[in-house]
Order: sequence, then structure tokens, then C-alpha cells
Amino acid sequence: MTSIGTGYDLSASTYSPDGRIFQVEYATKAVENSGTAIGVKVNDGIVLAVEKLIHSKLLVPEANRRIQTIDRHIGLATAGLLADGRNITTRARDEAVNYREAYNAPTPLKILADRLGLYVQAYTLYSSVRPFGISTILGAVDKDGPSLYVVEPSGVFFGYNGAAVGKGRQLAKTELEKLKLSELTTREAVYEAARIIYLVHEDAKEKEFELELSWIGKETDGVHLPVPKDLHRDAEAKAKAALETFE
Amino acid sequence: MDHIDMNRLKTGEVNLGTSIMAVQFNGGVVIGADSRTTTGSYIANRVTDKLTHIHDRIYCCRSGSAADTQAVADAVHYQLQMYTQMSGGAPAVHTAAALFQRICYENKDALSAGIIVAGWDKDVGASVYNIPLGGGLFRQPWAIGGSGSTYVYGYCDATYKEGWGRDETVEFVKNTLSLAMSRDGSSGGVIRMCVITEEGVERLFIPGNELPKFWEGYEVLGQATKKLVEDIAPMAVET
Repeated sequence: MTSIGTGYDLSASTYSPDGRIFQVEYATKAVENSGTAIGVKVNDGIVLAVEKLIHSKLLVPEANRRIQTIDRHIGLATAGLLADGRNITTRARDEAVNYREAYNAPTPLKILADRLGLYVQAYTLYSSVRPFGISTILGAVDKDGPSLYVVEPSGVFFGYNGAAVGKGRQLAKTELEKLKLSELTTREAVYEAARIIYLVHEDAKEKEFELELSWIGKETDGVHLPVPKDLHRDAEAKAKAALETFE
Repeated sequence: MDHIDMNRLKTGEVNLGTSIMAVQFNGGVVIGADSRTTTGSYIANRVTDKLTHIHDRIYCCRSGSAADTQAVADAVHYQLQMYTQMSGGAPAVHTAAALFQRICYENKDALSAGIIVAGWDKDVGASVYNIPLGGGLFRQPWAIGGSGSTYVYGYCDATYKEGWGRDETVEFVKNTLSLAMSRDGSSGGVIRMCVITEEGVERLFIPGNELPKFWEGYEVLGQATKKLVEDIAPMAVET
């Protein structure tokens, strides 16, 4: 970023001479500082997992969740500024309700991702606001089966088979690429997701973290739910064990 | 059920005092309607098309005020065009029906519209939705509507069977509408039908002089009186 300090990075409504919007690029930096979030799409479901960094031992466990439910069948995980994540969650829920009222049917994830993309992009247009400092992973099982999307701070969104955002995304992506996603069950994907989160946390070992896991699939009857306590514990134990052998 | 409250119509308003119908079968739906449009006792149009295109594989049958139902059908047609562009695929019949219902329910005080939405989509195949006067939404295997429908509920209940094919369903619709049209003064003219399947929409037309005929009655009194007199055996005379 050689053009930093030239004054073109002060507003999201001004391009730099070579056509970049620095405020949006800085927003992606905010995402990169955050704990990793991943999403896995398999044949019969979706798994979301988040590495939530704990900045104080005094915090209540399981508070300030970074995985949220948008509609019965839609889950959302964020990486970046926590408060921005909550704002996008509220907006996503409003959009889902809006669709339900208009069409009397559950929102297809493609349409929700589209609307959230428009919303996020609008925050890159005005000097009076700052772009969202988050990348959002959206997962759902709708009438067309499981689907997974990521909305970035610029407002673009892409569909994925496996998605990773936040600090450990590079390592997480290479691990996701190794998986045979089409052959996994949702339950097996929970174990893989937990393992990957534990693996990418290695680089920030000194910080404590909490593993958040949620899933949508046959076993949840197409509803987005936190992974049950016993499965969560088991996945965590297996992830720690896998870490020993990975070294 | 679909009785049209004439007081809700303004005097002189064009009215589809109608017989309409939709029946699903395995692989498609048959929809049908009579062709009479009236203003009071005057037939404003005797060859009306009450089967209205909403999307490629979705049609509706309109009953009630012609102006109201045309406006609602136009609004839904427009919304579905937008929806198709956004979602990148053909809408489900349920989606169309939900849009109709929303308009009919939210404006129930101002509208007189009884609409049957029917069609084919790749999610559930063929389906029929009934949206009667108050703006409810009901999925049914078959639905009848308009003023003429009240005369043929019994016929439909007694005749309809699940598992029919296309031809049997067409016959059922044709016969039902013919019966309704012969009893209901506000229905008549010709029968228009559409068969909607995955392959496409086929239009069928039955002219007024080729309607299926059923028992049409005859003057009983003269004949009966005559018979009565003839058959009376002379009273035995006691001697």
C-alpha cells in the first residue's frame, strides 16, 4: 500500500488515482485481526465453526456469540468487529422476515446473501459512514439443498463449498481443500470443523479461545442449531488429540 | 363459500358472476371457466377469457369484479416478473398464490375478488390454491368458485376421484362447468379450459352449442294430469 498517506484513504467515497477504495481495504484488515470463522458445506448439511478469542477470564462463558440464527434454516457466522456482526445479524433477520411476509415461504439463501450484499455495499458509498469491518459466512439448507455464502466488506458475495475468514483463513482453507466434502456426513463435518479451528489457533496459542459450533442438516431436521453438548465435547476432545499427532 | 355479495359491487360495475374451476392431476392441472360477463342483467361480454396468464406455468381463474381481479392479476404478474429476474428461475405456484393472498387480504374491504391460482412448478409439481373473498389461502386438490359453483358442490363431491389422468380431469371440469352454467343465470356462454403441465399450456375451447347435456326437464303438469285421468280404474258399482 504505497499510496498510504496521500490523503485518498480518508473517505470511503473517494477513489485513489489507481482506482482503489482504501477504507474498504482497511475494513478487510479489521477482519484479518479477528478469530477465524469457517463454514463447511456437505451433501446433506452445513457446519459453522468459530474460534472466539477470549480477552478476559471474567467473561461469562458462551456469551457474545459470533454464530447467530437468522431464520429457522439459516445460520450466520462473522469474523471482524463484534458490534458490526450484531448489526448485520439484525439486518439479516429483518430481510428474512420481510421475505417471509411477502412470499409466505422460507428465504432462499441466495436471495438473503444478495440483499445483505446490497446493504453492506451501501456502506462503501458515503463519506458519513464507514464500511463494515466484518466478513459474514451464511449457511442454510433451503429448498435447493445446502448452500454457503461469504459477504465481504466491499459488499461482494460468493458461494462456496468451504469457507474461511479471519486470522487463520489461509491455513483453514488449505485444510478445507484436503477434505472430501462430497463424501462427508454433517456429523463428520462437525469433527473436521472443530479440528481445523483448533489447528489454526496454534499460531495464537497464548490467547484463550472458545469453540463455537453450529449445524444444519438431516439430524436437526433442517433447523439451524448449536451442536449438542456431548457432540461438541467429543469433537473438541478429538480435535485436541489430532493436534498432538499433527505436529 | 364463494358467494358474491352483490351489495359490495357498485351499481353498473362489470361483474364476473361466474363459474370457475381448477383440478390438479398427476403431472398437471386443468383449469376452466365460463365466459359470461354482466352488468346487472345485461351480458357485457359473452366470450370473456377468465383464465388469466400470470407466469409461464401459472394461471388464475377470476371471479367477482372484473376491474378488481384484472388489477390484482396485473399486479401479481408484474411482481412475479421482478421475482423471476431476481431469483433466476420460474416462481413456485405457492409464491404466486401468496402474492395474490396478500393483496386480497390487505384490501379485503375494497375488493370483491375470488381467485383460484393453479399451475405447475418444479418443487411440488401441479397445485391448486383457492383464495376466496376474505383473502384466505387454501391448497386444495380441486377448487370451484364464482356464483355458479354453489350449484355443483354436490356433483363435485360425488364425482371427483384421486389418481385421474389428464383426459378424465378435462371431462370432469367440462361436465361440472356445463352443469353450473345451466343452473346459474350469471354464468353461461362457452367453456374455456387450460391444461398446464411441465411441457406447456394447452388451451381448450367448447362452443356454447357443444356443451355436455344433462337432464334438462320437461313440462310435467299437462302430461301428468292426462295420465292420472286415464289410469283411474272405474269404481266398482255395487248392485
